[in-house]
Amino acid sequence: MSTPWRARLAAWAPYAVTPLLILIALPLMGGGPWLTLTIAGLTMGMMLFLMASGLTLIFGLMDVLNFAHAAFITTGAYVAVTVLGSLAGWTSEFSLSLNLAALLLALLCAAVVSGALGLIFEQIIVRRVYGAPLLQILITMGALIVIEQLVIVLWGPDAFSLLRPSALRGSIMVGSSPIETYRLVALCVGLVIAAAMQIVLTRTRIGLLVRAGVENREMVESLGYHIRRLFVGVFVAGTALAGMGGMMWAQYQVLVNSQIGDSMTVLVFIILIIGGLGSVSGCFIGAILVGLTSNYVEFLSPKLALGSNILLMVLILMWRPRGLFPLSEH
Amino acid sequence: MDEPDDVLLRLEDVRTDIGRYQILRGVNLTVRRGRVTMLLGRNGAGKTTTLRTVMGLWKAREGEIVFDGHSIAGMPTPDIAQLGIAYVPENMGIFGKLTVRENLLLATGPKGFAQERLDRVFDCFPALKLKWSSAAGLLSGGQKQMLAIGRAIIEPHRLLVVDEPTKGLSPAMVEHFINALLALRTEQTTLLLVEQNFRVAQTMGDDVAVMDQGRIVHVGTMSALNADTALQQRLLGLSLEATA
Repeated sequence: MSTPWRARLAAWAPYAVTPLLILIALPLMGGGPWLTLTIAGLTMGMMLFLMASGLTLIFGLMDVLNFAHAAFITTGAYVAVTVLGSLAGWTSEFSLSLNLAALLLALLCAAVVSGALGLIFEQIIVRRVYGAPLLQILITMGALIVIEQLVIVLWGPDAFSLLRPSALRGSIMVGSSPIETYRLVALCVGLVIAAAMQIVLTRTRIGLLVRAGVENREMVESLGYHIRRLFVGVFVAGTALAGMGGMMWAQYQVLVNSQIGDSMTVLVFIILIIGGLGSVSGCFIGAILVGLTSNYVEFLSPKLALGSNILLMVLILMWRPRGLFPLSEH
Repeated sequence: MDEPDDVLLRLEDVRTDIGRYQILRGVNLTVRRGRVTMLLGRNGAGKTTTLRTVMGLWKAREGEIVFDGHSIAGMPTPDIAQLGIAYVPENMGIFGKLTVRENLLLATGPKGFAQERLDRVFDCFPALKLKWSSAAGLLSGGQKQMLAIGRAIIEPHRLLVVDEPTKGLSPAMVEHFINALLALRTEQTTLLLVEQNFRVAQTMGDDVAVMDQGRIVHVGTMSALNADTALQQRLLGLSLEATA
């Protein structure tokens, strides 16, 4: 009778990793820094999830490994520069509602512009290299360089400083722990988007088709659905999410340059590998783990911070070689 | 070319390659309306490739495939399915991460479940009702096969194409599946089944086609094959020795 019990434990064990990490960190750093860093880690995780979730869906559904994904993160960041720059009147006012409205407008614009760019990118470039992994790598890396150079042509080579809206600059105190206001806002926005994504994936027929397509696209086609049409939608949604992630990250970093997307590529791929390629749940847990690990290790042992996520990935792959939530068909 | 009224599916000189290998070398097959056609043959004879070619999952290099007057060779798989063909592959094609309900829902139209059809599936396979909210990946092999067939019959189809419906099932379960599939005759569903088990084929089939080395080497009625021991011996020796 031990087999079902073990199987159930094995299925639930990946969900326990994040709470376990949070609990282990508590005695190592004490209550004050722990709360601050946990909120910071969760916020970072949310933004990483936005950036990575589109890529994992795109790979899961069509086996397309899009190395140009970073370009959509960069696009979102630069759209934020333009939109928030033109709404300087709103962001400089010490008004939470005006500041949030400006942020949400920038978020929407980042999603629309990145999504539209994603649609063009899929139609002109990705469509030609379905089923050819080597060509996908070459052409998407080439496209990444082209898009980044276009960004420099449009916005110039200099970095932009992107000051946070006035009401979101300070911190609030929770007990003895300072929590940055923007982090709380970013955490809430990330949670809302993640929840909306979860609702679409689990409660709608399109979501059902996406989940089925990730598992076995041939069978989805045999049931009468055109998976390529579905894929175009997922590609656009994935790039729009990357744009939103880029916008949120730009505002978090307060500095935007043409490498902002590139600098996230390694982390995004670590998340995909940790979570299991193609798995949205895995991507969510992986992003939170990476966010928390980065923040905890940076506080506990700054010298280890650079390699901490690679170490995390190695440990998880030693435990689960196909990631936390592997898909059966991959 | 006009089709005779009773022909639902016709394959003419169909040739399919997989990579460098020529798998189908000129398949000629006719499936008649409202009848159960059994496609027999040993492993590697080309049965699965024939079904996959009909569904457009592998493209025919040459030849003609006509379904109810429509030429479907080269047509995308979803368009073929939308003409009214349900396909159950050898590996059952179950979505293991989805629930039983979600697996069935995918096979319904935009309006979702029709209660009458759902009741029919539950009548055939009561286990699916009990496992309604379970992940399909956690079902037993027999239950997965029930789900695969249930998914194929949750909406009415003109042709049901099933690759080895009784593979790996216990004798009691085989009997259950035979009855469930034969019950479809009442709604004039045409069946094209690949089957390794000759006893099952004898029980279910109206017509029979035997494949060997990528070609159809015998076509006729199952009753004629049942009555002709010499022919059975020749075909059994040729293709069905494993199940004789």
